[in-house]
Amino acid sequence: FDPISSSNAKPPGVELWAVFDVPQHHIDASWKNLTHTLSGLFCASINFLESTATYSTPEWSFPPASGNVRYGTLPCEAVCTENLTPWLKLLPCRDKAGIALLLDRPSLYRGFYHSQQLHLTSTGSSSEGIDLGIILEQTLTVVLQPNSEMAIEVHASEKHIQPSWSLSSIFGKQVSGRCVLAKSSSVYLLLDRGLVAELKFPNKENGKSAANGLTSENFWSNPSFELSAKPDRIFLEESSLHSKSLSILYMFQVEKYSESEPFDIGLMWKVPVAWLCQQTPLHASRFLMGSGNERAAIAISLKSTQFTEGFMSANCKDGSCELRVDVFQVVPWYVKVYFHSLRVFVDQQPRAVSDIIEKIHVSPSKDKMSPGVMEVVLKLPCRVNTAALTIEIDKGFLRIDEYPPDANQGFDIPSAIISFPNFHASMVFLEDDSLNKSPLLSKFQEKCPVMSYTEVLLVPLTTPDFSMPYNVITITCTAFALYFGSLLNVLQRRVAEEERFLKAKAAKKTGRLPLLLSKLSAKLRGRRLEPLHSPPSSSSFINSKLVLKVILVAGLGVGWQYFFS
Amino acid sequence: MAETKEKSLSDEKPKPRVRPIVRLGIFLISHSFHVSVVCCTAGVLALFLLPVLAKNTYISENALMPGSASPMLSNQHVSDGNRLVKDLTNPNSKSSETGIESHKIIAQYMLDLGAEVSFHKFHPQMNQFHPLHFFSSPDSGKIQENYSCSSYGINTVGIIRAPRGDGKEAIVLVTPYNALKSGFGEALSLGIAYSVFSLLTQVTWLAKDIIWLVADSQYGEYAAVAAWLREYQTPKFSSLSTPNAEMCPDVNNLFELKGHSISGSKFSNSFRRAGTMAAALVLKVRDQNEQFEDTISIYAEASNGQMPNLDLINVVNYLAVHRQGLRVNVEKLWSLLNSSWLKSLGEIFESLAKVAKSLYPKWKFGIPATEYVEGTATLASSLYYQALGVPTGPHGAFRDYQVDAITLEISPKFSLDKVWRNDILLRGGRLIEGVIRSVNNLLEKFHQSFFLYLLTSPSKFVSVGVYMIAFALLIAPLPMVAASLYVDANSSSNCSKGDSSTPSAITDTDEHSIAIRSWRWLNSAKLVFIVHLWGAIVSLLPYFISQIPDCSPTTSFMIWVLLSILSLLTLNSVLASPLACAKATQEKEWALVKSVTISSVFIGLGLMSVINFATAEIGALLMVPMCLLAQPLKLDVRAGTLRSFCRMICNLVLGHIAFPPAAFFLLKGMLDGFGNANVGDFWMWVESLWAWNSATYLFIGMVELPCWVLCISILFHTC
Repeated sequence: FDPISSSNAKPPGVELWAVFDVPQHHIDASWKNLTHTLSGLFCASINFLESTATYSTPEWSFPPASGNVRYGTLPCEAVCTENLTPWLKLLPCRDKAGIALLLDRPSLYRGFYHSQQLHLTSTGSSSEGIDLGIILEQTLTVVLQPNSEMAIEVHASEKHIQPSWSLSSIFGKQVSGRCVLAKSSSVYLLLDRGLVAELKFPNKENGKSAANGLTSENFWSNPSFELSAKPDRIFLEESSLHSKSLSILYMFQVEKYSESEPFDIGLMWKVPVAWLCQQTPLHASRFLMGSGNERAAIAISLKSTQFTEGFMSANCKDGSCELRVDVFQVVPWYVKVYFHSLRVFVDQQPRAVSDIIEKIHVSPSKDKMSPGVMEVVLKLPCRVNTAALTIEIDKGFLRIDEYPPDANQGFDIPSAIISFPNFHASMVFLEDDSLNKSPLLSKFQEKCPVMSYTEVLLVPLTTPDFSMPYNVITITCTAFALYFGSLLNVLQRRVAEEERFLKAKAAKKTGRLPLLLSKLSAKLRGRRLEPLHSPPSSSSFINSKLVLKVILVAGLGVGWQYFFS
Repeated sequence: MAETKEKSLSDEKPKPRVRPIVRLGIFLISHSFHVSVVCCTAGVLALFLLPVLAKNTYISENALMPGSASPMLSNQHVSDGNRLVKDLTNPNSKSSETGIESHKIIAQYMLDLGAEVSFHKFHPQMNQFHPLHFFSSPDSGKIQENYSCSSYGINTVGIIRAPRGDGKEAIVLVTPYNALKSGFGEALSLGIAYSVFSLLTQVTWLAKDIIWLVADSQYGEYAAVAAWLREYQTPKFSSLSTPNAEMCPDVNNLFELKGHSISGSKFSNSFRRAGTMAAALVLKVRDQNEQFEDTISIYAEASNGQMPNLDLINVVNYLAVHRQGLRVNVEKLWSLLNSSWLKSLGEIFESLAKVAKSLYPKWKFGIPATEYVEGTATLASSLYYQALGVPTGPHGAFRDYQVDAITLEISPKFSLDKVWRNDILLRGGRLIEGVIRSVNNLLEKFHQSFFLYLLTSPSKFVSVGVYMIAFALLIAPLPMVAASLYVDANSSSNCSKGDSSTPSAITDTDEHSIAIRSWRWLNSAKLVFIVHLWGAIVSLLPYFISQIPDCSPTTSFMIWVLLSILSLLTLNSVLASPLACAKATQEKEWALVKSVTISSVFIGLGLMSVINFATAEIGALLMVPMCLLAQPLKLDVRAGTLRSFCRMICNLVLGHIAFPPAAFFLLKGMLDGFGNANVGDFWMWVESLWAWNSATYLFIGMVELPCWVLCISILFHTC
């Protein structure tokens, strides 16, 4: 399988995993150190991974396992220029010379996909004491579309030739010489297996050997495409078991070129060719099911890509052929997973979990402490068409201070990792001299399982109205005031005393102010002043005459205003 | 109550002061008649004032930025759209019997743009009555039986992945299309969608994926969209015994034909997904139109009166009016537009506002009378459709999954020349492009603006804070009247007992009787409970009636009525027989029954206002006067005064109007004329209500009908 896409295609956001060679109880501390260092280095919020709620400890999903691996992702962290610049600073010549000159920001970020990777390996353990050092591997993966103007008219013409490209047309820059510090600096051009297989066809009709046609001297005047520069070396893939054709790698050494004669490789297509990259055995996609803000379910559906059929049949000697699929899923704590509700469907038939799942490791989430981790090893029959895993979740309620600023966007669930340990992504190229083995080629040869990432899920959680705290404070304060007011009132009151006081008051004449008030009201009512013993009954407040008078005065005012304005 | 108060006042003993809050309560209860008259009038008046109080809409979410970018849709895209329209209206494409040809054409066009295409087969799922499925989330479909190959629909789905997006969110564009008998309007709507789609494959600003769903509307637009959404949100992984559509030769044929002509993995017959849906737009073009302007109608009501976020309507309105020069209207009750009493009411409000303005220049609340009439008509239709609880278009399916969606219906001034068609394609396309771009700008989901509102015009709305006032005023007298009736009934029987019994009655029995009397309301509560139980039974009956095969609506309605009456009689004889023993207290029995009825109505209306406000409002308009006025006819006849005569007339009229079928026929008669009213219509209406899981159905069955029965029983109470 293609090692480039398998090892370099990453989900959106930041993914960090590290293997620690320190005692068990130091791991978390050194993880914290690492996150903070990286975050400072790359101007990214990698330090958010420091809290225990964001990273997890996979048991056996990562090859060099055994409990000292830490894995964390930040799916909503966008990668942009400010992260690229510090990354480039780690290069000896930055982007001033060498191939890095190509990294023109506008054209880079116009692409469909880009990811930057940093791989640190410390070689040699400290106990040996020799060759203590760190190998820094920097990878930048970019998917670009050549010549977007051509693409516009694509649908107009019936038969279109895939756009031709050159380095200068893609990046808008040209390479002139290597970085002085670099030992070697070369550009590789890989013709994918599928493409080679497609290109073989016209050749075969002519009765020529395909590989010869592409690797022979006049390959650039090949019937299907034309290269603008002559490659320095051509590598042919060693024959592998499970594919009909072999990929071809062209190498161009940048050292030969200079300022006056910049390196600009281009590829001109002559005939339309359509080919398909090699796909993983199963296409994985993950989605959210259900509606409403309470319950939902996560489903991971695996669909077989017809591509691997041939391999399957080759691999399956006896009837009981099995395809092993590892699923590694981290779920943040605010999404509560019911692991018991895991259900497996194979070819649209519900199957018992124990039939399909060979091994499962689950660590449930703890609120605000650690995320839930699920590692599953599935054994699917080779002939499987579709398989699906569903697991029910509860959407949690968060405290108000736990919501991020853009809570209404929803919460991200990091992508699951689906790996196929039966398949290895590696390419072994025939090399004439093993002395100056290129590091890139040796990396291609490393055998690592084919991995694919699923989509990041966006889970809309219930969000409070964030202006609510104000209302809540107001309402609670009112309730408290009412409660304490009446409580104090009750505590303070002495009923017997009050009755005695009332009696005394009834015997006594009314005070001066009430007298005045009653006089006033009596005058308003146009009645004779009479001493009132009991407070006026509430019904007498609404006296028709009183109301009439008020209305009269108001009407006069209104009329006055109306006529004089 | 008043008597007791006077009595207590007349007692010369100095009493401890009553707390003000209690005093206020007692005051309100003792004047419950005046209070209820004032409150009810104020409530009705406030309802009519709503168009005056409506505020102008504004775009609340800043991130939307509608119209800030100039539209990119050019004539190139329009001609692309035109090509599709031509191909679809071409008679050759219609030759196929199942309309598969046109689906193929659409899919081919989508593929040429580089979109991912898939077909979604579905079997139309009939809406069925599930008594316990109200308010429950849409389930993933029941086990479907006996589907034949002939009855399936095909939705064509095209997805553009945002080149720089992370694929977490998607915007859905829906165009209903009936391949069998498509009008020119449907083809035109596809043309508009296609021109937008072809633009969106090239733009760089896309952050959310775009899904274009061509919904096969031969089994109804809603069914197609709902089927697709069901598959999207709650797919079934197991298909045990159901005959799969793959067995049908036609469908396989379709896929095979596609397969060989298409390269790459862009096409697949498996279901494709694209993230969480942020918003959905349903686009339709009406075929014939009598208006002189290009207009856009917005339909927003989803099931149970749920509305999409107001911002979505605002964006469409803003872009249509200020950018594309289209006229926007929302639905109106046209019959109200010509009513003279509304006009005069509007004039009164206008003149009042004029006076107020001259008094104090800052009081500017008046609107012209014509505007008032239009606002009222719009408000009435807004209330009506929300109260009905039946979605007004395919967008209703989205709301069940908390996706904001509206239906846009473009009705162009009709002419057939090419210039006009291009113009419509350009303007409609630019409008859709603008809306999609706005939604695309959105980082969060729609949450800033209102979800609870009534529209009085496309650019004016009444928010929940304002329209609740009218409802609150209407139902405010209910608890007061209930309390006053209860107190009244208790005290008066107390008095009568005191008069009749000898003054030398033993205090022991007196206390005992008081204890009994204070629990007397339980009797009436039992009656009310029985009637409500009956209401529940009545609302369950249609489920069983609908099982009877070959039943015309009229006969089923008759069966329903008969069964209801039968069950009422049975319940009454079984459960309510011990009611008769309370002979001694019968003279005020009706007051207690009324009091309990009113409190149950209050609770019912209060609950309903939370679920579906519009239903509660209309229900309150009918039920509150009926409940408050209900009094035994015998008493009125005996009294013989003018006032009691008026009350009797009111009671009789209200008793007729508030009966749900009567109210329905009255409304229908007002809207369409009485000529074609049919008894079966009510059954059909009820059927549609429960088929759409409308809470209005429950409200009618379990609140309004029992209330009406209780009020009628009070009217004919023997006392």
